[in-house]
Amino acid sequence: MSLPLVMIVNNSLKPLDEIFQYPPAIFVKNPTFNNFTDLFNVMGDSWVPFSRYIMNTIIITGFGTFGHVIVASLAAFPLAKHKFPGKKLLFSMVVLSMMFSWTVTQIPNYMIISWLHINNTYLALILPACQYGMGLYLMKQFMEQLPVSLMESARLDGASEYRIFWSIVMPNVKPAWLTLAIFQFQQMWGNTGSMFLRDEQLKPLQFALQQIAAGGTARAGASAAVTFIIAAVPILFFLTCQSNVLETMTTSGIKE
Amino acid sequence: MSEHSPVSVNTNNKKSSFKAGNEAPLLSLTGVEIARKQRTLRYRIKKSKTSYIMMCPYFILFFLFTVLPVLMSMGLSFTYFNMLEAPKFNGWANYTKLFLNDDIFMISLKNTLIFAVITGPISYLLCLLFAWIINEFRPKVRTLLTLIFYAPSICGNAYMVWSLILSSDRYGYLNGILMNLGIIDEQKLWMQDANLILPCLIVVQLWLSLGTGFLSFIAGLQTVDKTLYEAAAIDGVKNRWQELWFVTLPAMKPQLMFGAVMQITQSFAVADISIQLAGNPSVNYAGATVVTHLLDYGSTRFDMGYASAIATVLFLLMVGTNKLVQKLLRRVGE
Repeated sequence: MSLPLVMIVNNSLKPLDEIFQYPPAIFVKNPTFNNFTDLFNVMGDSWVPFSRYIMNTIIITGFGTFGHVIVASLAAFPLAKHKFPGKKLLFSMVVLSMMFSWTVTQIPNYMIISWLHINNTYLALILPACQYGMGLYLMKQFMEQLPVSLMESARLDGASEYRIFWSIVMPNVKPAWLTLAIFQFQQMWGNTGSMFLRDEQLKPLQFALQQIAAGGTARAGASAAVTFIIAAVPILFFLTCQSNVLETMTTSGIKE
Repeated sequence: MSEHSPVSVNTNNKKSSFKAGNEAPLLSLTGVEIARKQRTLRYRIKKSKTSYIMMCPYFILFFLFTVLPVLMSMGLSFTYFNMLEAPKFNGWANYTKLFLNDDIFMISLKNTLIFAVITGPISYLLCLLFAWIINEFRPKVRTLLTLIFYAPSICGNAYMVWSLILSSDRYGYLNGILMNLGIIDEQKLWMQDANLILPCLIVVQLWLSLGTGFLSFIAGLQTVDKTLYEAAAIDGVKNRWQELWFVTLPAMKPQLMFGAVMQITQSFAVADISIQLAGNPSVNYAGATVVTHLLDYGSTRFDMGYASAIATVLFLLMVGTNKLVQKLLRRVGE
């Protein structure tokens, strides 16, 4: 199971002759950091300053992840705990929407983004990311488990629904939104945005890195380093979130 | 709003027939009922204002970027649309071609069903089993184990690894190992032999299975109330398996439902591994699935109308399966 992980690390440390060795070996013999220095040299030469790409990624991934978690949780709370007309219909629409193949909705999606005049802006990536069905479904399933008594006492104390949402519901479903953040971060980080973003100044890091990696034989070393960086960031994010998922809730169970 | 009326009629019937019987027996029953129904529906919508406002941001975006595109492509499935000219309406032609005139669609449908029936349930159980086992370890070890099991989903180089393993020359890892052990005499062409493609893809898919469902099960296990276990021990739960079936699983039923839906969407929409490892089209279409067929028409042959028809059929297939699976899952812990 850990073979992909081992290979990424080893490949990024291999000198060029080992990268092209056939049959390929899994483990590196003479580890070197040349690939990374190569990569940084290429990055320094780029037309658009590299910090710009990093900034773009922070904006797109950050807002896409944070926005989705908030927007989806906010919608999941009434669906899980309130009674109102249309609840079942709205919820089943979200669940069923996940079963439609995204390949054929891409063209209609592009048309809608053009109509809204948000083509070639960050919004073209962030807004659609906020409404993925999976996030709402995940949050709703976790919120459903919370005992009603938890909310009732707060309601009697005169807390508004927003307050209940923010200070009672959300802390109690922490494992859920941390897990959702992992999925969403992975999704947003992997997005090259090449479908909607035309200006080089707006493109995310992922795009620039993949451009470098596509440099063919001459860039094989830098490409291995790119693969490492592309995988390392979501892994770090995963480790931070996952250790929080596993450590916070072991001490505090939800009690009726 | 007609979709909601069953709910409101139910609650109203009780009230209005009770009241009508007592207070106004002379008034026409139906008129009163309709008036009451409208008043209460409007009243209930008004009362739930906060709920609607909370859902507003999500559902506005959802209608714009999901519902509308899905409806549009369902509409496109009744047209001929080559993405360069405007779509031309052609009625049920795409569907009749799909079911009566497209042998490859039938092969891909068969492959997808085999895929889904084998990998769906096994992946689901693997996710559950591994999440359950991992939950037994200390927190630090748990994070590490989760990373190792989740690695194939997060690293993004899974196909590279498997193309090395399944490489068809004698340097491919699998061929090398099997030949060294003397199990096979000459190398097998894993991804070029029509009989081997599907079984190999199924193995790879199973290896990739610890993804979304796995993480959500782990998170779900964290929220199970620990006092339930003590109560169950007093009630006479004897071993860990009974504890799993009678306590843990019922407590995380919402997550089980979620995992099942994700599993269905994944196992029916399988395409990437087939395209990356076996190519599209694969040898003798042995690795063709519904979605590879869809991609073939959508992005290679520029026939979006036909691709949309395939997507609609696949959608209906998944919705049906989902109904069935949800019914099964309701019986967990009984």
